[in-house]
Amino acid sequence: MNPRRDVDPHEGQGTSHEPTPTIWPVGFAVGVACIFVGLIISKIVLVVGVVIAAIFGILWIRDATRPFRGAEAPSETEAPKPLPPGRMAAHKDGPDPGEGAVVRFPRSKFLEATTLGLGGLIGVIVTAPVLGFTILPPFIKQGHPKIDVGAIDDYPENKFVIATFMLKPEDGEVSRRTAYIRNNGLLGESPSFTVLSNRCVHLGCPVQVNGLPLADETKTEKTATNTVTRIPTAAAAGFGCPCHGGQYDTEGNRTAGPPVRALDRYEFEIVNGRLLLGKTFSVSEVDGTGADAKIHTYPLAGPGQHVDGPEGWLYPVQPPR
Amino acid sequence: MAKSKPTRVDQVVYLLTYPLNWLEERTSSPGHSGLIGGIKYFLFRKVPGDISWGNTLGSAALTAFIVQAVTGVILAMYYKPDPNSAYESIRHITDDLWAGWLVRGMHRWGASVFIILLFLHMGRVFLYGAYKYPRELNWIIGVLILLLGMLEGFFGYLLPWDQTAYWATVVGVNLQATGPFVGPFLGDVLRGGAEIGPDTLARFYSLHMLVIPGALAALIGLHLWLVVRIGVGSPPWSPLESGPEPGPPPAERKGLVTPAPRGAGVRRR
Repeated sequence: MNPRRDVDPHEGQGTSHEPTPTIWPVGFAVGVACIFVGLIISKIVLVVGVVIAAIFGILWIRDATRPFRGAEAPSETEAPKPLPPGRMAAHKDGPDPGEGAVVRFPRSKFLEATTLGLGGLIGVIVTAPVLGFTILPPFIKQGHPKIDVGAIDDYPENKFVIATFMLKPEDGEVSRRTAYIRNNGLLGESPSFTVLSNRCVHLGCPVQVNGLPLADETKTEKTATNTVTRIPTAAAAGFGCPCHGGQYDTEGNRTAGPPVRALDRYEFEIVNGRLLLGKTFSVSEVDGTGADAKIHTYPLAGPGQHVDGPEGWLYPVQPPR
Repeated sequence: MAKSKPTRVDQVVYLLTYPLNWLEERTSSPGHSGLIGGIKYFLFRKVPGDISWGNTLGSAALTAFIVQAVTGVILAMYYKPDPNSAYESIRHITDDLWAGWLVRGMHRWGASVFIILLFLHMGRVFLYGAYKYPRELNWIIGVLILLLGMLEGFFGYLLPWDQTAYWATVVGVNLQATGPFVGPFLGDVLRGGAEIGPDTLARFYSLHMLVIPGALAALIGLHLWLVVRIGVGSPPWSPLESGPEPGPPPAERKGLVTPAPRGAGVRRR
């Protein structure tokens, strides 16, 4: 191992053996770059590159050999210009450079700053997209396709039908959803439906009908994009959650247990006599029943999250759905 | 003094220890042990004379972690983190592969053993008062290890992809999503969307087998380094000095000025 030398690494900077600063190598480098590019794409670019490299090369050699040729070096005898405060500060604790001496920003400091700065910049450039890729996809392009759950005539009036379907058939069984759909008859001249999500608004377990599913009358229908199963029910008196005992009435209002609001509902529309389900939305409570119900709606919130009252202030912003 | 001729035993010992010496020479620096010296110091360092079996709970928890890591790596060779094949791959591991039931069982039950040992270890540290100065940082790191260990269990619970796993995860993620302000966003990040889907399984798999174990290994390394650095604490009723190099009972050195143990205070710990 070489012995450590206690010498100033900056010693010798600015002494006369160093060549004077010159811009010609930059032009020479551009010329060389043109030569390489020209070799691949075009002879014209090659010739231009040779000319540029030759001109700037000659000028560089001329500049570099000036002391040996006895030519006069560019004058540097003018009084040094006052340095900006930052540059002076770099030498504040160092030795006094003496009057007339050129004060330079230490090279090691410059390298240290550029290494840290560039390292930090590269770190940000590399990390930002990776972090974004990790965090953002759950919030964008979530979408919610419209689900055709059958003709409105398949839903008898004032009875709940259990409809199951796949939200995204390409994802398989994991996207299976269940809705409790009741035909409320006509509201004015338009058909009215109550479409409840089976997701318990306590912690997301599947609520069950407090009644009798008529499994023998199950019908499965293949629609254009989905396979829908419909199970009629008898004497549905509400809904109950098997996980923690939450109870709801037939409008989805909480009647007992830990849920914090009424059951979520699906938006729906009727197109050519068929019932299409859209996005889900949250409901604080429902006044009245059936077609005459007044539904207090809110943007979809997760289970366990209040949507109204002072507790709702805890969830001021919901992720995009 | 004339050099004695090396015996056959000396030559054999030299040959056997040559690789270790080679490694030590290239990892040590003047005044500091290398890799082999460090391991020897770690294994044979002095500890207070009246410690008990309770002091082995940390090592037992470390062993449980190593078992989890090894069996987890083996299971990862056969497990398929895809909603359509995850459950089937678990069934294949359990029913079809040679000793698959054993390795999966070790991983399944070892997870509980790891958490139980962590709690017992923490209980011992708490009752011995070994969380006090200068070991507060190690207690904090230990708490982080416990939290990450439980998080590891949470992420691993979904992987069998059966009804229990699915609904337990639904409830668990929704519980976290009820946290105020950021809860809803945390839930979506964990699920990889508004609902549990294919991305959730892959996400949980990545967190379970790469992110959390990596963080756990790093924290365990830090935890061990601090144990060696500060030394093992004596029981509260012990008359012995504790530390990296435990000294004699205070009565024997009464009136003497003794240097402080390296990196620690002079008071009895």
